This record gives sequence, C-alpha cells and structure tokens, in this order.
Amino acid sequence: MMTALLIIISLATLTAAAAAMSLRNLIHSVLLLIGSWLGVAAFYLWAGAEFVAFAQLLVYVGAVSMVVLFAVLLTRRSRTDVAVAPDSLGRAFWAVLAAATVLCVLAYGVLKTHLPASAAPSAKVTVRDLGNLLMGPHAAALIVIGLILTVAMLGGVVIAATDAPGKKEDAP
Amino acid sequence: MNGAAPIPDRLLERAPQMLRDALTGFLPEPWRWLVNAVIAMVLILAVFGLLFAALTLAERKILGRVQNRPGPNRTGPFGLLQPIADGIKTLTKEDIVPRDADHLLHFLAPVILLASAILAFAVIPYGRRLVAVDMDASILYFFAVGATTELAIFMAGWSSHNKYSLLAAMRALAQLISYELPLLLSWLPVVMLSGTLSATGVVAAQGSWKAGWFPAWNVFTPWGFAGFVIFMVAALAESNRSPFDLPEAESELIAGHLTEYSGCKYVLFFMAEYFGMTALSGMAVTLFLGGWQAPLPSLEFIPSYVWFAVKLIALLLGFIWIRATFPRLRIDQLTRFAWKFLVPLALVNLGTAAFWSLSAAWPGPLQLVRLAVAVLLVAGPFVLLGRRLSAGLAPRTYAYAP
Repeated sequence: MMTALLIIISLATLTAAAAAMSLRNLIHSVLLLIGSWLGVAAFYLWAGAEFVAFAQLLVYVGAVSMVVLFAVLLTRRSRTDVAVAPDSLGRAFWAVLAAATVLCVLAYGVLKTHLPASAAPSAKVTVRDLGNLLMGPHAAALIVIGLILTVAMLGGVVIAATDAPGKKEDAP
Repeated sequence: MNGAAPIPDRLLERAPQMLRDALTGFLPEPWRWLVNAVIAMVLILAVFGLLFAALTLAERKILGRVQNRPGPNRTGPFGLLQPIADGIKTLTKEDIVPRDADHLLHFLAPVILLASAILAFAVIPYGRRLVAVDMDASILYFFAVGATTELAIFMAGWSSHNKYSLLAAMRALAQLISYELPLLLSWLPVVMLSGTLSATGVVAAQGSWKAGWFPAWNVFTPWGFAGFVIFMVAALAESNRSPFDLPEAESELIAGHLTEYSGCKYVLFFMAEYFGMTALSGMAVTLFLGGWQAPLPSLEFIPSYVWFAVKLIALLLGFIWIRATFPRLRIDQLTRFAWKFLVPLALVNLGTAAFWSLSAAWPGPLQLVRLAVAVLLVAGPFVLLGRRLSAGLAPRTYAYAP
C-alpha cells in the first residue's frame, strides 16, 4: 500500500517535471514545475515529515513559484515569444557544461550517502524536536543561511531600486 | 457548579462525538476511520456552506442598513430567501469562456482557489473535542494550503487572455505577497510562547484563568493585542476584503482578474473569498481569542463549540462593518502600508513577546514595570512609524470652493 503510494507520487512528480521541460509554453512549464514541487511535498508527507512538507508547500508553491512566474512574465514580450534554439554554439556548450556539473555533484552526493537498507520504525519527530535541533546543534548553519538570504535580498533590492526623485503627483 | 461533572464530560460537550459514535461505532476499524472522516468533511462543507449563504445575506442587509437603505427584502420574509434565489440565478447563468482563453487553466483556477480555501477548515479546533485533523504542525498546514491562493489568482488572470485580467492579477499578487509577510509574522509570537505549532495546543495554552476569573487569552497581553490587530489587517488584505479589495475593485477595474468569468465560476471565486475570510477568522479566534474557551469561568456551562461560533460570527460581522466604513485604498498606499508599517511592527512585536515571556517571573511590583515596558514597546513603534508613514501628508487640509 505504502509502496504503491510512493510509486504513484514519484511517477506524478517525474511526469510533471518531464512535461515542464518539453512544453513550449513557458507558463504551462512553470505551472507543471509547481506541480512537481507539490509532488515533492506529497513525498515528504508520505515519509512522515509533516513540517518539511508544509514548509515546502509554503516556500516553493507559495513564494518561489511567484518569483518564477513574475520573472517569466516580465521578460517575455508575448506568450509565443520563446526561443527554442540556443543563441550560439558557445552558449550551448556552457549551458550543457553547467547542467552536467550540477548533475555530477548531485549524483555524487546521492551515491555517496549511505541509506540504511531497511528503515527502522523511527520515533515520531515532533516540531519541537526539529526546533531544538535547528536552534541547538545546527544553529550556526541556520544563521549562515539566514545571513546569505538576507544579503541576497538586499542585493536584489539595491539592483532593482531606481533612485529617481519622486514626482509630486506620485505622492500618497 | 458544585457536584456537577467536570466540564469535558458534560453531556453537551460530548454530544457531537456520542452522536457520531452511535452512527459509526459498529463498523470495523479502517472503515470506521474512513466514515468518520467523511462525516467530518460533509459537516464542514454543510455548516460553512450554509454560513456562506447566511453571510452574503447578512452582508447585504447590514451594508444596506449602514447606507440607509433596506437591503434585499423582496424574496421571502425580510428577504431571507435571497441567498437561494442568488444561487439559482448564478447556477443557471450561461458560462462564457473567451475563445482564446486557456480553457483548462480557466476552469482550474476557481477550483483550486475554492479547494485551498476549504482545505484550511480541516485543522481549526471548533470545540473541545471537535477538530477534523489534529496534527503536530497544523498551524503551518493552515497557512501552507493558503499559499496556493496566489497561484489560482495568477492562473485566472493569465488564462483569460485579457490584458486587464493579467494586469489585475499581477496587482493582486503584489498585494497578496505583501500581506503574506505580516500575516505570518503576526502569529509567530503565539507559536513562540505556546511552544507548539498545533492549533489544539495553542488553544490549550490559553486555557487558564488569571486571578481566578480573567481569561489568559493571547489578545489580552500587549504583544497579543498588537499581533491580533496586525493579523486581522493582514487577513482583510489576504481575503481581498474592503478596504483592500483592489484585486476586484468592481467599480474601477472591471473586476480585475474576474473580468472574463461568469456564472457558476464567478460564484466559486466569491465562495472562496468568503470561505477564506471565515477560515482566517477561525484561525484568529484560535490563535488570539482563546479558541473555544469561555470568557469567564462561570460561563463554562455553555458548550465550547457555541463559544467558538459566537467569536467567529463576531469577527465576521467586524469584517462587514469595516467594509461598510472604510474607503478603498490605492495600490501604492496599500503596499507601502504593508512594507513600511505592518512588517516592522510585526518584527518589533516578536521582541515584545520575547520580553513578555522572559519577564514572566518578575516579582510583585515589577509586574507593573513589565506591563508598562511591554505597552511602550507596542505603542511606541506604532506612533513613530505611523508618523513617519504620514509625514507631510496628514492631517490633510481641504480647500473648499468659495
């Protein structure tokens, strides 16, 4: 029963991801990508990690999806304006190289991780345990990640802000 | 109350569960769980569906009274059958889909919006024993399913193939994203001080009495009051209610992302708006107003679900009152209000809550100092930020024609 559920969830996630890559309509691609993120959240739920599942839903489906959608809408002139062929051979080379590097790093990480063959029925991890872990042993990592995100956000604001003097009729 | 059974065991408190167990008690275990879940779903849909109908009527009646007109009064006695007439009218209307619209997304948008609004009802504790799903992270779940709202509005605006719809959807997204932050920040202190992310746990944490009669609800602490106000303002904006109803400002923006929707789908959007408003009010009751707790120990003989209903309806009427009172904001005022006022206030409120929690054990007269400092921490930033926000703008001077 549980295995069948896992197979269904992973199939749906992978199908959505594959369709997202093959579609020519960018908005459809983004929506399917969001669908595959939903699949990942469903997988977390399947694995019993409620907190991570809801955080995934809140962050990816709620926030990251909006960033992606805004980026797509603000950079395309019309809904058919999709460049299929790469700009030049050099660009294609670098794109493939970057993708291959990411793939290698991920594959290395996955293959190097030791997964226990039969997952022992672990004790129920509550939100409180997670909080204690994050604020105790992993506090340094949490602070560093928070700092990096804050710096990235400030950088984004600085780049986006145009410091034009406000006109009088723009005043609230 | 001497000699009476302890409150959780009174007949009226147990009645809903006894009724359910009498209906499903004979079933074998997995089936019993399934049928119980289905009963909970049907009950939630029926109760809140009826509440939606009653709310539309109440809103039109109250708005009418506020604006010195009778409101609907032709259908049935006092216009009581108006929701039914509205329902029949909208269900039989033609459903027009633009030729160039993205038909699938155009259909999916209202469905997703309504589904996410209904899903949120699952975790609200309606009474001492009345909660459909009790999870460890149920508050997070509540706001996580609410996050799909933005997606649905974008789908509605984009799939209509109408530039007004798309522009309005972008504005709606800007508003929803802006107010998501104060909404999330405003309930963080509650979770911090209750030490739990479960809605039932938060209600239980507010269950004691101070000095034997004063309810320990979060709203009666300085940080809780500030958090409640921020939460309600953000909830107004998140559920597109006036004065934040810019996304579908029907008189100015040809109803925004709803421009190309008609008939049944249009009603689904409205239903989702009212459901979202009800769910957020329910969450506000749970987080700040003590959930299903009675306001006085001597009033505990009234069952808990009645108290929840009273508080919920009071908040909903407050929503309607606000709609009748305040004019609509402009989009730049709206986002400025969120980012320059509500977000800093909510962040300061986190500090206030931390101070309140750490100073809980201060002895005797120092408690007054604690209260004064906490009130100052709430009121000071409010005044300072408010002055900065309206610097050079308020009070406005009006020049009348001679």
